[in-house]
Amino acid sequence: MPIVTEYDTIAAISTPPGEGAISIVRLSGDQAVEIAESVFRGPNLLKVASHTIHYGHIIEPQTKKEIDEVMVSVMRAPKTFTREDVVEINCHGGIVPTNKILQLLLATGARMAEPGEFTKRAFLNGRIDLTQAESVMDLIRAKTDRAMQVALDQLDGNLHHLIHELRAEISQVLVQVEVNIDYPEYDEEEITAKMLREKAIMVQQRIDQLLATAQQGKILREGLATAIIGRPNVGKSSLLNYLLHEDKAIVTDVAGTTRDVLEEYVNVQGVPLKLIDTAGIHETEDKVEKIGVARSRKALSQADLIVLVLNASEPITEEDRSLIEETKAQKRLVILNKTDLPQKISPADLAALGVKESPIFASIKNQSGLSSIEQQIKVLFFGGIENSQQNVLVSNNRQIGLLQQAKASLVSVVNGLDAQVPIDLVQIDMTACWEKLGEITGENVPDELITQLFSQFCLGK
Amino acid sequence: MEVKQYDSYEYDVIVVGAGHAGSEAALAAARMGQKTLLLTINLDMVAFMPCNPSVGGPAKGIVVREVDALGGQMAKNIDATYIQMRMLNTGKGPAVRALRAQADKADYHAVMKDTIENEPNLTLRQGLVNELIVEEQICKGVITATGARYYAKSVVLTAGTSSRGKIIIGELTYSSGPNNSLPSIKLSENLEANGFKLRRFKTGTPPRVDGNTIDYDQTEEQPGDTKPNHFSFETPDTAYLKDQLSCWMTYTNETTHRIIRENLSRAPMFSGIIEGVGPRYCPSIEDKVVRFADKPRHQLFLEPEGRHTEEYYVGDFSTSMPEEIQLKMLHSVAGLQHAELMRPGYAIEYDIIEPWQLKHSLETKVVANLFTAGQMNGTSGYEEAAGQGIIAGINAGLRAQGKPAFTLGRDEAYIGVMIDDLVTKGTNEPYRLLTSRAEYRLILRHDNADLRLTEKGHELGLISEARYQNYLNKKSLIEQEMTRLNETRIKPTPQTQAYLADRHVTPLKDGILASELLKRPEIKYDDIIALCGDSSAPIDRYIKEQVEIQIKYAGYINKEKQSVEKLKRLEAKKIPQNIDYQAINGLATEARQKLTKIQPETIAQASRISGVNPADLAILSVYIEQGRIAKVS
Ligand SMILES: Cc1cc2nc3c(=O)[nH]c(=O)nc-3n(C[C@H](O)[C@H](O)[C@H](O)COP(=O)(O)OP(=O)(O)OC[C@H]3O[C@@H](n4cnc5c(N)ncnc54)[C@H](O)[C@@H]3O)c2cc1C
Repeated sequence: MPIVTEYDTIAAISTPPGEGAISIVRLSGDQAVEIAESVFRGPNLLKVASHTIHYGHIIEPQTKKEIDEVMVSVMRAPKTFTREDVVEINCHGGIVPTNKILQLLLATGARMAEPGEFTKRAFLNGRIDLTQAESVMDLIRAKTDRAMQVALDQLDGNLHHLIHELRAEISQVLVQVEVNIDYPEYDEEEITAKMLREKAIMVQQRIDQLLATAQQGKILREGLATAIIGRPNVGKSSLLNYLLHEDKAIVTDVAGTTRDVLEEYVNVQGVPLKLIDTAGIHETEDKVEKIGVARSRKALSQADLIVLVLNASEPITEEDRSLIEETKAQKRLVILNKTDLPQKISPADLAALGVKESPIFASIKNQSGLSSIEQQIKVLFFGGIENSQQNVLVSNNRQIGLLQQAKASLVSVVNGLDAQVPIDLVQIDMTACWEKLGEITGENVPDELITQLFSQFCLGK
Repeated sequence: MEVKQYDSYEYDVIVVGAGHAGSEAALAAARMGQKTLLLTINLDMVAFMPCNPSVGGPAKGIVVREVDALGGQMAKNIDATYIQMRMLNTGKGPAVRALRAQADKADYHAVMKDTIENEPNLTLRQGLVNELIVEEQICKGVITATGARYYAKSVVLTAGTSSRGKIIIGELTYSSGPNNSLPSIKLSENLEANGFKLRRFKTGTPPRVDGNTIDYDQTEEQPGDTKPNHFSFETPDTAYLKDQLSCWMTYTNETTHRIIRENLSRAPMFSGIIEGVGPRYCPSIEDKVVRFADKPRHQLFLEPEGRHTEEYYVGDFSTSMPEEIQLKMLHSVAGLQHAELMRPGYAIEYDIIEPWQLKHSLETKVVANLFTAGQMNGTSGYEEAAGQGIIAGINAGLRAQGKPAFTLGRDEAYIGVMIDDLVTKGTNEPYRLLTSRAEYRLILRHDNADLRLTEKGHELGLISEARYQNYLNKKSLIEQEMTRLNETRIKPTPQTQAYLADRHVTPLKDGILASELLKRPEIKYDDIIALCGDSSAPIDRYIKEQVEIQIKYAGYINKEKQSVEKLKRLEAKKIPQNIDYQAINGLATEARQKLTKIQPETIAQASRISGVNPADLAILSVYIEQGRIAKVS
C-alpha cells in the first residue's frame, strides 16, 4: 500500500504584528474546524454553513477562562484560498491575546505554519499560479489601498497577459529563423534578419516601459522611504511621533539623544511611508554618535522623500545650509518649525539659498501646520503616478530582475546583428529572452525558483 | 497447411530488418564482439532507399556524423556511393551548416550489403519474422515464416514501413511494403498480442521519370560543390568525387494546381481512403496546393537516382493521386512536358509502436531484452533510422553481455535529442529531426561530432585504436593552437595596419591578442596566420575550422554551456521509480495521466512532457524534496 501523505492542519497569525486593531489567526487543513471549535464558545462551528462568520469567545478549554471576544469565519474546502478547510479567528489585536489564541490552537493539534506555507498550499493545490502567488505576497505586504489595487491587478493576470503577448511576438520570429535553417532551399535571409531586429527593438521598448513602472511599483509595495532630517532638536522626533501616533522615538531636550535609525511604516492619507528617523547629522567626536551619523547619511541618500525640518526661531546655521545643499536633488519637503516662537528665518532667506520648494510653516508642538504636511506628502506622491492606476506595474524584485535579464538578451540580439553575427547565433539570445519572460509567469520554470519563491513568503499566508 | 517449426541457431543478438536502422544495429552489435544474426525480408533490399536518393541535410547530416563518430557505417557508405555533395546553410553560422549528398541508390545498397556480408560475427539471412519468442515479458528470440526458431540474448526490431504496409494510388489500395516489397503482417499482430500499443502513420513518395525525356533547358542546374567535403571523419579529401552529377530545379504552376484542385475528390488524402497521420513537414503536393492556396508555384527538384540508371526522382512532388492524374500533373511542369513516367508516386500506411513505450536505451518497457529502432518508432528518414539503429544495436550488444545501457543526452548529440523526444513526448506524426528540436545546437555541430562522441565510441569498442589516436592528436593540436592564439599579441605595425586596410577592416588602436582579433566578424583564421605567423604544428583544415569556430563564437558557446549546466542540475533530480502519481495531491489530471504513462526518470525529463506544467513540476519537486513520496512497500 502506498503511504499517502495527508496534510496536517497549520495555524499562524496572518496579520503583520502590531498593525491595526484586529488580528487574524488562521487555520488551514482537514482538522481546522474541529480545532477551532474546541477552543470556541458560541455557535457550534462543526454545524455552521460554509463561508459564514460567527460571534463568540475563545476560551481556555480546561479552565473555561475567557481569552478574547472574537469573530470566527468558517470556510470549507474547496472554495478557499488553500483549497483546504480554513478558519479565520478575528481577535482584538494586541500581541498578547493573539499569541495566546495561537498557542491554544497549537496546543489543540494544529502545527505552526512555516513561512509562506498557506500560499504554498494554495499553489500546490492548484489554486493559484506563480504570478498570483507573488501577488498574494504583495497583498500581505501592501500598506495602502493603492498598493492593494496593484496586487489585485496582478492577481487578475495583467502582467501575465502582457508577458504572454510579448512571448508570442518573439516566438513568431523564432519560428521564422528555424524554418529557414531546416529548409535552406526557401531562405530569405535578409528579411529574417530585419524582422529579428524589429522585434528585438519593439519588445525591448515594451520591457523598458514595464521597467519604468518598477520604481513606482516598488514604492507602492515597500512604501515611500522618507527621511526626516534636521539639526538636533529642531522637532524631527516630535514630527515622527506625530506621524506614528505613538511614542516610539526618545524625545528629550538634550541634543543627539535619538541615536538609532528607526524604521516605521505609516499611512499618510493613503500614501505608504516608510519612515526613517535619523540621528541628527552633525559633527561629533562621540564614537557611538559617529556611527549613527554615518548610517543616517546613507539612509538619507537612499530616501525617496526628504522631510527637512528647520528651526524657524533660530537663524540659519552652517549645518542647515549643508543639509539644504545635500538634499537639493531629492524630492523634498521643507518645514519651518517652531512658528510659535519669534521668527528668525523667512521664505526669502531660503530662496536665497536656492531652495525652490515653498516651505511649510508649522508648530509641531502645538499641532499646527501638520495637515499641510500630510497634504503636501500626498500631492508629491500621487503627482507622479495618479494616471498609472490602469497600468500593469512590476513591483517585485524577482520580476524586475528577470525583465532586466530579458532586456540584456535583446541588447545582445541587436549587437549581434550589428556585428554581422550569423542569424542562428543571434537567435540564441532571442530564445534566452523568451525563456526569461517565461520565467516571470512560470510558463517555463526552473524549479529552484519555486524553492526561492516560497521561502520569501511571510508567516501566515 | 501449417508450417512446421524447427529450432535453428542461437545468437547473442538478432536484428530484424536490414533497412537503415537494422544495418547499423547489426554492425554495431557484431563489432562489439556479439554473435549477430540479421534477418530481412529480401536481401536485394538491404539499406534500400524507398524515397529520395539523398542523405544528410540540416540536423540529419549531423546525425550521420554522429553515427560515424560512434563507429557506425552510414557516413562511410554514402562517402563511397554519392554522386553529388553539397554544403548547405553556408551563409549561416557553424551550428547549422549541413552536408547533403545525392546517393547512387543501387550502389548505396550494394556497398552496405557487401560491408555487412564481410563483417566478422555477423550473419545476413533472408527471412520474414512473424513472431517473437517471449517468456514472462522477456524476449528470447524470433520465429520466421519458414518455421525457423532463432534464440538470442537480445532482439532488435527495425521493421520500417513494412508493418501491415498498405500502398495507396488513387482508388487503388493493396497490402505491400515499400516499393512493392512483401509486407510484414503477422509481426504486427504478434506485437499487439504482446501488449504493445500500435498506431497508423502514413508517408508518400513522388513519381520517377525517365531522364532522357526531361527538357533540361527549361530547368535550373544545381551542381555539386567543388570544395571537398565528406561525412565520415575517416574519409580523406583525396577521395573527393570530381565528376559529380547535377540536380535540376523547376516549378509547379497554375495549371498544375488547377489539375490537382479539379481532381481532389480522387485524392486519397481527401477522399478518406488514407487514415494514417502524415508528416506536416513533408506534405504531398496535393496537400501543399490546398494548404497554401495563395502560393502560385512550388519548387521541385529533379534528382538522378544513380550513375547507371536514367531514373529521376521528382523531389517535393510526393503524391498519391491516381496514375492518370499524376501523368497530367507531371506534364504541366516546365521541363517535364514530355517526361515518361517510370514509377508512379504512392502513399503508404504502416504501423508504428507508440515510442513512449520505450526507454532511452530503446529497450521496450513492455518486453525486456527487446529493442526497437527506426521508422517503426515513429520517425521518418534514413538518418533518423540509422541514429536509432546504432543506439539499439549498442544496447542490444551491451545487454547480451549483461552490461549497463548506453544513452546520449540532449546536450551530447542530436541522436540524444531525438530519442528523448520520442520516449518523453511520443509523436503524433512521423518524427523528423529539425535543428529547432535541439536546445544546444551550437554545441551539437556537425564539425565537432567526432570531438563529442569518438571517446564514447572507443569505450564501446566501436572505434579502432588508430582512429582513436588520430582523434586524441587532433584534440591536442586544437588545444595547442587555441593556447597559442590566446597568448600571441598582434601589434599595430605598419604592415599589420596595411593588411587590415586592404581588407577594409578598422585598423588596430593598440596591440591585441590574436584570439581577440579573430572574434571580429570580417577576420578569418587565415588572416590571423598572415598577421602572426604559422604554428609550428601541422594544422590541417579541420583543426583550423575548430580553432576558428571555438574562438569566434566563444561567447555564444559559453552561453549554451551555462544552460547545459542548468539542465544537468535538473537531470540530477531523479524521480524515484514506481512512484504512485495517483497519490500525489494537487497534480492536474492530465499531468497525472501523462506522468503515469511515461514514468519519467528525472525532473528534467518530466518538464519536457507536454501537459505537465510548471505547477505540476513544482508539486512533484516539493514532494520529492520533502521525502513525502508515496513509497511502494
Ligand atoms: C513511400 C515512402 C516514402 C518515404 N518518404 C520519405 C520522405 O519523404 N522523407 C523521409 O525522410 N523519409 C521517407 N521515407 C522513409 C524512409 O524510407 C525511412 O525512414 C527509412 O527507410 C527507415 O529506415 P528503417 O530502417 O527504419 O526501415 P526500412 O528502411 O523500411 O527497413 C526495414 C526493413 O525491415 C524489413 N522487414 C520488415 N518487417 C520484417 C520482418 N517481419 N521480418 C524481416 N524483415 C522485415 C524490410 O523488408 C526492410 O528491409 C519514405 C519511405 C517510404 C516507403
